Amino acid sequence: MTTAAINRTGSLVRKPLVEFLDNRNVLSVLCMIPAAALLLTFLTYPLGLGVWLGFTDTKIGRAGLFIGLENYVSLFDDGVFWLVVFNTLLYTTVATVLKFGLGLYLALLLNNHLPFKAILRAIILLPWIVPTVLSAIAFWWIYDAQFSILSYMLEKMGLIDQYIDFLGKPNNARASLIAANVWRGIPFVAICLLAGLQTISPSLYEAAALDGATSWQRFRHVTVPMLMPILSIVLTFSVLFTFTDFQLIYAITRGGPVNSTHLMATLAFQRAIPGGQLGEGAAIATAMIPFLVAATLSSYFGLQRRKWQQGERDD
Amino acid sequence: MSDFTRRDVVKAGVGIAAASALGGPALAQAPEWKIQPEKGASLRIMRPAKFVQGDETLFLENTAKYEKMTGVKVRVDSEGWEDLVPKSAVAANVGKGPDVVYGWHDNAHQFPDKLANLNDVANYLGAKYGGWYDLAQKYGKRGNNWISIPLGAAGAKIVWRKSMVQAAGFNDVPKDYPGFLKLCQALKAKGTPCGFALGNAVGDGNGWTHWVLWGHGARMVNEKDQVTLNSPETIAALEYAKQLYDTFIPGTLSWLDPSNNKAFLDGQISLTANGISVYYAAKTATDPKIKELTADIEHAQFPVGPVGRPTESCTMVPAMVFRYSKFPNAAKDYIRFMMEKEQYEPWLEASIGYWGHPLRYYENNKIWTVDPKHTPFNAVVKNSLWLGYAGSLGYASAGALADYIVVTMFASVCSGAKSPKDAAAEAHKRAERYYKI
Repeated sequence: MTTAAINRTGSLVRKPLVEFLDNRNVLSVLCMIPAAALLLTFLTYPLGLGVWLGFTDTKIGRAGLFIGLENYVSLFDDGVFWLVVFNTLLYTTVATVLKFGLGLYLALLLNNHLPFKAILRAIILLPWIVPTVLSAIAFWWIYDAQFSILSYMLEKMGLIDQYIDFLGKPNNARASLIAANVWRGIPFVAICLLAGLQTISPSLYEAAALDGATSWQRFRHVTVPMLMPILSIVLTFSVLFTFTDFQLIYAITRGGPVNSTHLMATLAFQRAIPGGQLGEGAAIATAMIPFLVAATLSSYFGLQRRKWQQGERDD
Repeated sequence: MSDFTRRDVVKAGVGIAAASALGGPALAQAPEWKIQPEKGASLRIMRPAKFVQGDETLFLENTAKYEKMTGVKVRVDSEGWEDLVPKSAVAANVGKGPDVVYGWHDNAHQFPDKLANLNDVANYLGAKYGGWYDLAQKYGKRGNNWISIPLGAAGAKIVWRKSMVQAAGFNDVPKDYPGFLKLCQALKAKGTPCGFALGNAVGDGNGWTHWVLWGHGARMVNEKDQVTLNSPETIAALEYAKQLYDTFIPGTLSWLDPSNNKAFLDGQISLTANGISVYYAAKTATDPKIKELTADIEHAQFPVGPVGRPTESCTMVPAMVFRYSKFPNAAKDYIRFMMEKEQYEPWLEASIGYWGHPLRYYENNKIWTVDPKHTPFNAVVKNSLWLGYAGSLGYASAGALADYIVVTMFASVCSGAKSPKDAAAEAHKRAERYYKI
């Protein structure tokens, strides 16, 4: 008797709950809560905290006070900061252009029927799989002022009579680091674009060939438009990775010589952690956000052009 | 800081007076140590990862000995050098974490009000062991209060190849700047140049540039923390460094901390500034070609500049007790125990000269004489100034140091990118951002 009563009341209570949960709106909110909570806790909160810190004079070991734009005003007058902004833009632009040119070329090559295709593709990915710090240390040796394998070989071949000062001169150092970044970044671009290339239906090429299109025309009017959506996504990611690069710089030059290879990320770290000026470091990191937002928006607008693919006019 | 009582301050003053009156490095009449660890205490210690195996082995052995003697449970964690600063700062901020941190040089001055007063430990040790060197006091004390107890310091000396220096017509490293420049020029002429790091190398880059800067009587700030970098002395130092740089092996502008060790052991450079590590790398090498170098490697004091006193620097390791610790007495007792002769001497010896002692008494330790090549390292703490000289230690000095203001100033002159005058003016401006006017 008692058990039955409990059951009955139990089901009476449960019924509205079930109905409540069956409501699609409620359910969708409920299902989104875990994801939203994760995003809020691990992305929004730290980002917000970082931006907030940029408006304070927080030091390592001491909570700060709100000081408004003081950090930014002080950075505005700081020659090193502007040099670093210049370095970062140069590094990102040159490295991204090279990565895309070479990555696309590599992807087109790999898209052909080659012997050992699978193995070749796996090998191409290697630079990207190796942990950055390890490849950075390898490059550090390659560029070493005394032990550089490149200088050694060139000297043995009789092409140079003094070791190249890869990292000692500002422009050499910049070029060397960009080369290392490009080496590391190409596989990502190449493999993503290769995936894009493989989604293009061969019938499009056949049709173009029948119409008498040259290989350049086929590339220009079939490959490029079809590749555009993935190209813009890969471009955005690549710009984001390059712009925020830290490990290569920190392992190879630490920003030297004479700050010529400091990027915004390395300067932010240097001032915030070893220098103890958390507020200022956060301000430098926050100053990266406008650039990153611009990069993301350009990808967003790139994706809007998807109409191309459907053969409609671009309006 | 505000809750140090007046009595603490008076006691500290008396202790220091007593310590400095003793002067000599003889073991004094043991003062009484009264602090006993709390009942059931347990401690968590954080220290830098080992310099050499012996350092850690003996540190842990001494800790085990302490556990056995007192019944206090002690856990020691070793941390990578670069993690130590942020980790101790986080501990200070959140009020939770290790009871004792053996940190990096000016750490204690970044969160002084989170640290327990250690006057009793410092006064006891100072009185018993011949007093603290000036530099140990500078790092250990804030105002009149001890906020950390220096464990020891790693420093550099001039490391040179006897055969190469002799081939250049010198028997020893000259003791003054003009003589040293002549030696470097002669070494270059013989095809065996010297080399000093000019990249953003925390230890090596800061070490030799500050030595030249201070040696000429220049300094970033005066005793009142006013920036004085743009001065004739700084310009003289930069001109001297430029002449010296012209004798270096090519490529030093990109050198980081390990670079000079590699070039020296490969026989590419004849002279550099470094810790005792190069010598030990040779001594313990399995490669016969490197082992051969052992007999040829010599150490010398840094030459003294026009200012007339040694002007090198070192990396101090201070022990700090956090206020949040539940067992402050056990923490203090542990720090004291590790600095006592019975524990400190075997540890110093096991560290084979990497660590310099902060208490005068240990000058007599046999580690400094067992191999004559160790002897110059005896004076690391005695001869050094602090990075931030002649001002106070704190946020400004840490920030200016981390931004490589001095290294960059020297590097831009040596590379020919800037004139000494312009470089000094720019560095002055950069320093003022930290030492706000």
